[in-house]
Amino acid sequence: MDKKKNRIGRWTPANVIFNIVNYGILTFLTLICLYPMLHVLFASVSNPTDLIAHRGLLLKPLGFTMSGYKLVFKDDSLLVGFKNTFLYVGLGTAVNMLFTIMGAYALSRRELLLKKAVMVIITITMFFGGGLIPWFLVMKQVGLYNNVWAMVLPTALNTWNMIILRTGFQSFPYDLEEAAVIDGASQSKILMNVILPLSKPVLAVIFLYYLVGNWNSWFNAMVLLKDRARYPLQLLLKEILVMNDVSMSSVGSAGGVSVNSVQGATAYRELVKYCVTVIVTLPILCVYPFLQKYFVKGVFVGSIKG
Amino acid sequence: MKRKTKKESFKTALRKDLKKNSFAYLLLVPVLLWYIVFCYAPMWGVLLAFKDYKPLLGFAESQWVGLRHFKDFLSGPFFGRTVRNTFMLNIWGLAFGFTSPILLALLLNEVKAMRYKKIVQTITYMPHFISLVVICGMIHIFTQSGGILTQLVEWITGTEHASLLGYANMFRPIYTFSGIWQNIGWDSIIYLSAMSSIDPGLYEAAEIDGAGRFRKMWHVTLPQISPTIIILFIFAVGGLMASGHEKIILLYNSLTYETADVIASYVYRRGLQEASYSFATAVGLISSAVNFLLLWFTNRVSKKYSEISIF
Repeated sequence: MDKKKNRIGRWTPANVIFNIVNYGILTFLTLICLYPMLHVLFASVSNPTDLIAHRGLLLKPLGFTMSGYKLVFKDDSLLVGFKNTFLYVGLGTAVNMLFTIMGAYALSRRELLLKKAVMVIITITMFFGGGLIPWFLVMKQVGLYNNVWAMVLPTALNTWNMIILRTGFQSFPYDLEEAAVIDGASQSKILMNVILPLSKPVLAVIFLYYLVGNWNSWFNAMVLLKDRARYPLQLLLKEILVMNDVSMSSVGSAGGVSVNSVQGATAYRELVKYCVTVIVTLPILCVYPFLQKYFVKGVFVGSIKG
Repeated sequence: MKRKTKKESFKTALRKDLKKNSFAYLLLVPVLLWYIVFCYAPMWGVLLAFKDYKPLLGFAESQWVGLRHFKDFLSGPFFGRTVRNTFMLNIWGLAFGFTSPILLALLLNEVKAMRYKKIVQTITYMPHFISLVVICGMIHIFTQSGGILTQLVEWITGTEHASLLGYANMFRPIYTFSGIWQNIGWDSIIYLSAMSSIDPGLYEAAEIDGAGRFRKMWHVTLPQISPTIIILFIFAVGGLMASGHEKIILLYNSLTYETADVIASYVYRRGLQEASYSFATAVGLISSAVNFLLLWFTNRVSKKYSEISIF
């Protein structure tokens, strides 16, 4: 403990200046990181016409209205997008976990004869790939186009996560398993009753990685889905935010909200952009501080191997 | 450890192994199938680059054209532009995106108020979890005419600006600094963990030699984490020509192709939007070949001078 104290240093002028500069820079950086998120949050509940006229930093909401959110939740295509996203994320993450556990289990077996060969096969894919176009054509060839499985199977496995999990599986003593074998447990029982329960922390880490990845994914949907009715939320969001295409039926006709001019409609279009951004981002940002330690742990486990 | 005392033939050993570990092999089958379909089949599909692929004819029936697509690309006007843009964006990335997490980690490492440190970390990690679509959506909102960043640029330059994403000379800064905003906190984790394992004795020794806080940071902390930095640098250089297409596609437009169109986005546009499958495959193949060479080369250089390497 004394050693730590030494590093804090004494109240010398140099030290004080160092601290002021250090804390100053860090606080400034943190505020810069935080501001864009707050800006979007404040804007999403602001009065839309005031918002368009507003200049400079937005440090608090301009007035208060939930009409933007109401518009979003009245829009059918966005609701369908929500439904699709929940389906893809739920099914996708389940398949992710299944494949990752299977692969990690097999590769964590110490005595497997073909393990080296399999590891080579897997490692090669981390350095070489066919590229976007051949990948796309293969997807079409095997029927992963414009259906649910196109959103699930191509991303079923992440080599990095599998290696993280394998490291986790290998981290507890072999005796535990041997004891189970002596008790007459089959290998599948050992996996289900010994290995998986003991690996809960690592499983939580990769589960979260997959979950966030699936929730945020959009490119595969853009490339592999044709029907708008199958689009996940992120892809609809891309149209609204990036292509500036707020073709939501309810804006303009405005269910319950009176929008009676072209300008008003433009203002509401802007408002809706902020609202969808908040809706898609808030769930993750709200749970993230509580799960932070798991996410961070993933970086460490990964880096041991890397 | 059991050594092979008798010269068991590989076949019998394998048969025994398959029987003994049947469950593990059973689980391995779907995983290997996945790798074959989703990784190896596309690798084989790279042969498309040497054909003139027509979807109606199919892969086998399409004609072989040898190196025609490669020649077309290398002699065409897009070769220079996409290579230059890919290279420049990555140089920006190395200069600013790679260094800033190291600086943040150095600063955070000097913070002794744990509460404060925790708050800074929580907030700076946050943007990492925001989806790319939302990040780029926010960039669009902030850089549209009258957006907060546009106002900032107008205030600095004193002239009116339209949407900043329409200016070719703005693309690299926007791309790079939004990337820093998103990842500075998260990328600093690995350096912080490296710093936490530095021997405190080194700091004491430096102190006895009269080093102040800044000099300890510079002469003890930084050299101590340099192996981590070098390894991450090898990866970064290895990925020099592999800049992702996703963020580019979300941010560029025909006004900024001059600085924004990279190899990957060009492959996407030609291949998936214009369906020139073979040509785009050839372009992609060139870029992954260059990439691998870069990775290999950096790794060799590092091995020679610092004895650190990734393979």
